[in-house]
Amino acid sequence: MEFKVRDSVGRRLRRLPPEILRAVDGVDLTIGRGEALGLVGESGCGKSTIARCIVGLYKPTAGEVRFNGAVLQRERSERRHMQIVFQDPYSSLNPRMTVRQVLAELLRVHEMVPAGQIDARCRELIDLVGLGSQCLHAHPRQLSGGQRQRVSIARALALEPELLVADEPVSALDVSVQANVLNLLERLREQLGLTLLFIAHNLAVVRHVCDRVAVMYLGRIVEEASTEELFSSPRHPYTQGLLKAIPRLVPGRASGAVAVAGDPPSPIHPPSGCRFHPRCPLAQPVCHEQDPALVAGPGASAHLAACHFAWTAAPAAHRPEVELEAGGAA
Amino acid sequence: MSSDPVLEVRGLHVEIPTTRGVVHAVDGASFTLERGGVLGLVGESGCGKTMTLRAILGLLPHPARIVSGEVLYDGVDLVRASKAALRDVRGRAISFIFQEPMTALNPVMRVGAQIAEGPQRHIGYSRSEAHVRALELMRVVGIPDPEQRAQAWPHELSGGMRQRVMIAIALACGPKVVLCDEPTTALDVTIQDQILKLLLALRDEFGASIVFVTHDLAVVAQTCRNVAVMYAGEVIETGSVADVFREPHHPYTLGLLRSVPDFENVGEVLEPIPGAPPDLVRPPSGCRFHPRCAFVQDDCRSGAFPLREHGGRATSCIHHEVAIESVREHSVIPGG
Repeated sequence: MEFKVRDSVGRRLRRLPPEILRAVDGVDLTIGRGEALGLVGESGCGKSTIARCIVGLYKPTAGEVRFNGAVLQRERSERRHMQIVFQDPYSSLNPRMTVRQVLAELLRVHEMVPAGQIDARCRELIDLVGLGSQCLHAHPRQLSGGQRQRVSIARALALEPELLVADEPVSALDVSVQANVLNLLERLREQLGLTLLFIAHNLAVVRHVCDRVAVMYLGRIVEEASTEELFSSPRHPYTQGLLKAIPRLVPGRASGAVAVAGDPPSPIHPPSGCRFHPRCPLAQPVCHEQDPALVAGPGASAHLAACHFAWTAAPAAHRPEVELEAGGAA
Repeated sequence: MSSDPVLEVRGLHVEIPTTRGVVHAVDGASFTLERGGVLGLVGESGCGKTMTLRAILGLLPHPARIVSGEVLYDGVDLVRASKAALRDVRGRAISFIFQEPMTALNPVMRVGAQIAEGPQRHIGYSRSEAHVRALELMRVVGIPDPEQRAQAWPHELSGGMRQRVMIAIALACGPKVVLCDEPTTALDVTIQDQILKLLLALRDEFGASIVFVTHDLAVVAQTCRNVAVMYAGEVIETGSVADVFREPHHPYTLGLLRSVPDFENVGEVLEPIPGAPPDLVRPPSGCRFHPRCAFVQDDCRSGAFPLREHGGRATSCIHHEVAIESVREHSVIPGG
């Protein structure tokens, strides 16, 4: 199965004409069947917009979404093949419906199973996400964040999608509960052969879950590679900075130099040439003028980067210099 | 541990009366902030870390209130201090950095004026002197074009810039202690990196001591020298970050460390902590963590479990050797 998104302009128009915010500006993305693709980037990079375009919540201004080779139609029967789990477990479930009502409604409307089997199927779904059947009679407010997120996953699975889009599914959860949901997603991938688009800003989580990762900056993909390749030899200076900025669990104080200086620019008035050049430690005159294309390295066709120097300069060190403190009492 | 404490919290109890009953939000928290130190106060949502921090400065939201305990600063117990004395300390000797700059900053006041407010009110600066000080601080916290930016409204600045304004406000009167409530949780990781490094550099320069509340263990590892772990309203473990993270002495700390996906150490399976945090209206008897503890024994189910000190660190677990054993078999930190 191939899943292509060719997206040119996102749908956000500012109130003050005629400024246009290009939330997603020329993105080609392919997800293979059974793959877990991570989409990472910081606020405003466009990753959530892409997610919503894929599941049909937004209509792309230009470009298309293809599913199994054919352009995706807007009908309900088509759209059930991709489902989404949102970040906030507190606002994404209808507070007035019990869990059973949420699931049963979906099963009924899409005629997933004969009416007599709806009950049994609800129980199966809730069991699939590791919750007890007593949860079926609960309202969202009676459940914890982690439980609600599992219910959201059950809801997404009710329509037996081939693609599950998870938009920051664990960011709003407590640390010790995140593990539960992440382990669940991995188990479901194996059990159901799900394809997963995993959107996150926490790279540690992405590294744990995904086979391949695409890094976004200001509406564009700037690097794409297999997970291990990306984290061991990042080629784009933004990716390198992002990795350097992640705090590690090893006790020690990171040295003074910041990973990426400056603030992200406005998506309404993006910089000329390469969008990252104002913050890039390697910026050259060509970077101010020409926007680099996303190209593969020589002989490494699965690793793409959008930088004029991605494949010429050796990858810069991306581990922070850490002074390890002597163990023992201060 | 060297003992030159600048701030000491002893047996703090904070209650919140609700229609369901009294919530014991903080139920006996004790920890010490060393002079020049950076103390991480870490725990998950509902553990009481924010309430503890706010209680230090008497900033509890109504109807929460301190019912017992002491907060010692410079020989004065802030809990029993008069309103005037507390006002004098607040913002001047001890300042606070909030999590959400957009709600903490005054939306209808230009940022320069907000930074200048403290020096005018607390240390008798004139308007022009305070303005100069504000520009200086903006430069120090890395806000470009201070003369221009001082005229900006909070909503015109990015999240990272607003947080820098918050830091400038917190430093304006040269405080001895800065209390930070998840100052980088709402920020992107590259901006978080900038702000954390800024805070540490400023601490070196200004000689302040910092209490850093967060749920992010990796941030604590990189930023703090000492750590106090909270669970269900209690401080259950304290010690240096190096000690506690390499060899936790409490099963909850151990569980927390094992459930976090670390960037460097990509293990096969993450181990969540089973169960959920307890109801703080009717907390469990005995050790609050015992219903979820993999190493629970009979004597954990009743009695009191205060922090017990040994070798410069402390834990409330009476069977902490099991945690140590578990780490020996399967270390939390690579090479640890």
